[in-house]
Amino acid sequence: MNEQQHLDTLSDIKRIMERSTRFMSLSGLGGICAGISALAGAWFAQRILADYKASTGRNGYDVVAGGAGSPAMELFAKLMLVAGLVLVAALAAGFYFTWRKARRQGLPVWDASARKVFVNLAIPLFSGGLFIAGLLYNGLTGLVAPACLVFYGLALVNASKYTITDIRYLGLAEIALGILGLFNPYNGLFFWALGFGVLHIIYGTLMWWRYERLPAER
Amino acid sequence: MNPIGNLNKIFESRIRLGVMSMLMVNEEISFNDLKEMLEVTDGNLASHLSTLEENGYLKVHKGFIGRKTNTTYSITKNGEKAFKSHLAALEAMIRFNQ
Repeated sequence: MNEQQHLDTLSDIKRIMERSTRFMSLSGLGGICAGISALAGAWFAQRILADYKASTGRNGYDVVAGGAGSPAMELFAKLMLVAGLVLVAALAAGFYFTWRKARRQGLPVWDASARKVFVNLAIPLFSGGLFIAGLLYNGLTGLVAPACLVFYGLALVNASKYTITDIRYLGLAEIALGILGLFNPYNGLFFWALGFGVLHIIYGTLMWWRYERLPAER
Repeated sequence: MNPIGNLNKIFESRIRLGVMSMLMVNEEISFNDLKEMLEVTDGNLASHLSTLEENGYLKVHKGFIGRKTNTTYSITKNGEKAFKSHLAALEAMIRFNQ
C-alpha cells in the first residue's frame, strides 16, 4: 500500500461517516421555490384581509368566532385555502428538487439519514400544527403567524444535526422573526412573508451557490 | 519504529472498514442500511459482519419489527479502540512517507 492508497482510504472513511449520518441532498432550488410560493400566498392573503376590512370594517387579526356563513368564517376558509395551496406547492418543490439533487449525486433519496431528518422535522412541526389548531380554536388568530415561524425554526434547528448544518442558521433566524412577530400581532402576515418567503429565497440561493452549481455554471 | 505494524489486518477489506466507519458514528445500524450504503450483496456483507463479530469488534442485536426479523449492529469498546488505532496508523504512515 502506498501513500495515495492510505489517503484514499482515509477520505473514504470520512465520506462514509458523513453520508451515513447526514442527508446531504436537501436542495437550495427547492428552498427558492418554496419561498416564491410563500410570497405569492402572502400577497393573496393580504388582499383577502384587505377585502375583509373594507366590507366589515374589522381587522382580520381580531377574528374571534362566527357561525357558519358569517364573514369571519368565510375569511377563515379563504385563508386556510391559500395556506393549504402554499404548503402543497412548497412541499412539492422541495421534494422534487431534493429528489433531483439526490439522483445527480447518485445517492438514495430515502435512506437512514433521510428518515432521521424527516422524524426530527416532523416532531416539532406536528406539535406546532396542533398548537396552531388550538390557537385558532381559541380565536387567537394574531398568534398564528408567529407560532408558525417559531415551530418551523425549532424543527430546522432540530433536524440540522442530520443534514446540511447551515440549516441551523435558517432555523435560528425563523425563531427570531417569530418572537419579533409575537410582539407585533397585527403584522403577522408581514413577518410570515419575511420568514417563509424572503428567508427561504436568501437561504436557497446561498445553498445553491455553495453546494449545487454545476461546474459549467461556476 | 515502522508504523506498518500497527495497521490492522482485519480492516484491510474495504467493506469491513466501511462497516466500522458507519458504526463509529451511528449508535445502531440495521443490516439493510449497511447493505444499501456499502452496495454489497447479503452473503458478502454477512460474512464480513461475522468476521468482525468473531473478533469482538461489533455486537449483534436480533429483534423483530412485526413478524420480520430486524438485525442491528453496534460497535464494541474493543472495536472502537481497534478502529482508532488503525486510523492513527494510517495517518502515521502518511506522515512517515513525507
